[in-house]
Amino acid sequence: MFKRFHPYASPKHFHRLAQRLSPWLFGLSAVLFAAGLTGGLVLAPADYQQGESFRIIYLHVPSAWMSMFVYLVMASAGAAGLIWKVKLGDIIARACAPLGASFTFLALATGSLWGKPMWGTWWVWDARLTSELILLFLYLGYLALQSAIEDRRAAARAGAVLAIVGVVNIPIIHYSVVWWSTLHQGATVSKFDAPSMATSMLIPLLLMALAFKAYFLAVLMVRARCEILAFEQHTAWLRAELSDERTS
Amino acid sequence: MTPRRKRMVVIGLLVVGMGLATALILRAFNQNLMYFYSTSDTVAGKAPAGRDFRIGGLVVKESLQREPDGLTVRFTLTDLHQTVDVSYTGILPDLFREGQGIVANGQLGRDGVFVAREVLAKHDENYMPPEVAAALAQAKANAPPNKKVP
Repeated sequence: MFKRFHPYASPKHFHRLAQRLSPWLFGLSAVLFAAGLTGGLVLAPADYQQGESFRIIYLHVPSAWMSMFVYLVMASAGAAGLIWKVKLGDIIARACAPLGASFTFLALATGSLWGKPMWGTWWVWDARLTSELILLFLYLGYLALQSAIEDRRAAARAGAVLAIVGVVNIPIIHYSVVWWSTLHQGATVSKFDAPSMATSMLIPLLLMALAFKAYFLAVLMVRARCEILAFEQHTAWLRAELSDERTS
Repeated sequence: MTPRRKRMVVIGLLVVGMGLATALILRAFNQNLMYFYSTSDTVAGKAPAGRDFRIGGLVVKESLQREPDGLTVRFTLTDLHQTVDVSYTGILPDLFREGQGIVANGQLGRDGVFVAREVLAKHDENYMPPEVAAALAQAKANAPPNKKVP
């Protein structure tokens, strides 16, 4: 099975694949963003308790989901780099980190803006908010580690170990509202239960979640190409590719 | 064992070990991780006496009373088992409603009344348009008393 995927896992082929995919992914995310934002900010009705303020959910919830999803992608890619020595794993993990950090920051910032009028406070040290803040620090720690270690392969190894250790935080974030009493509300959309949200509000939320995913993949492709250029700067294939582009 | 196998095992053990260690730490600090005490805990004396703690629960319907000074309110909190009376002087958050969850920070007085310095609204996970909420309330009012309408 690994033989079949192997050609795509080589930086050379992935560089081409990413180049071909990213415009499509950007297009897809633009369409999904347009649909999700119209649905969420214009078409969806106001909430019975929160009025118009609930609309921040269309940014807050997708970014919070993405903050955890991107972390899992980063840790898995790092693990693949460690175990199978797949260079692409190191590249993807490194490309994920700033994106994940941005999503985490967005989730924290939008939550804080919503918290002030609704809860009556910008910030509380409850289990959900604190564990999400720890996630931001994990991303920042990973980024700091990457820039502190000059040798890219050593940096990738150290970063992968940090990312794998940090995975323990992901279930804590997810279940924090179940395990402990928190000010943050419990989950609205869950896999095993009917969501406790009106359909007209839920559909834009799911569209926004898909839009965030497509956007993440699109930017990841661009960032991965940059990382490949840096990782492979002394290889023959890259020189050949670059001189091809210059002449054509 | 191939080196690849070995690395996989080492990483597997790392994840399992971290998981176990974290689980034990979280268990040890379980009480400190709770953001608030329930009203049952408070009545049972599990909450700290003589210092600040947070109490959470639902505001009992029709329990909200305003004192003549206009700023002080008294209401009853419940977790559907035990109730605690709360008094608070100040501005209540937007989402403060009877029947909704809140978290109050303050001290328990000797008379069993919780004197709050801060009241935060706890939002629930339900989102619906006002018409649906009105229809649900209507259905609840029309239904026979011991039949539960979701």
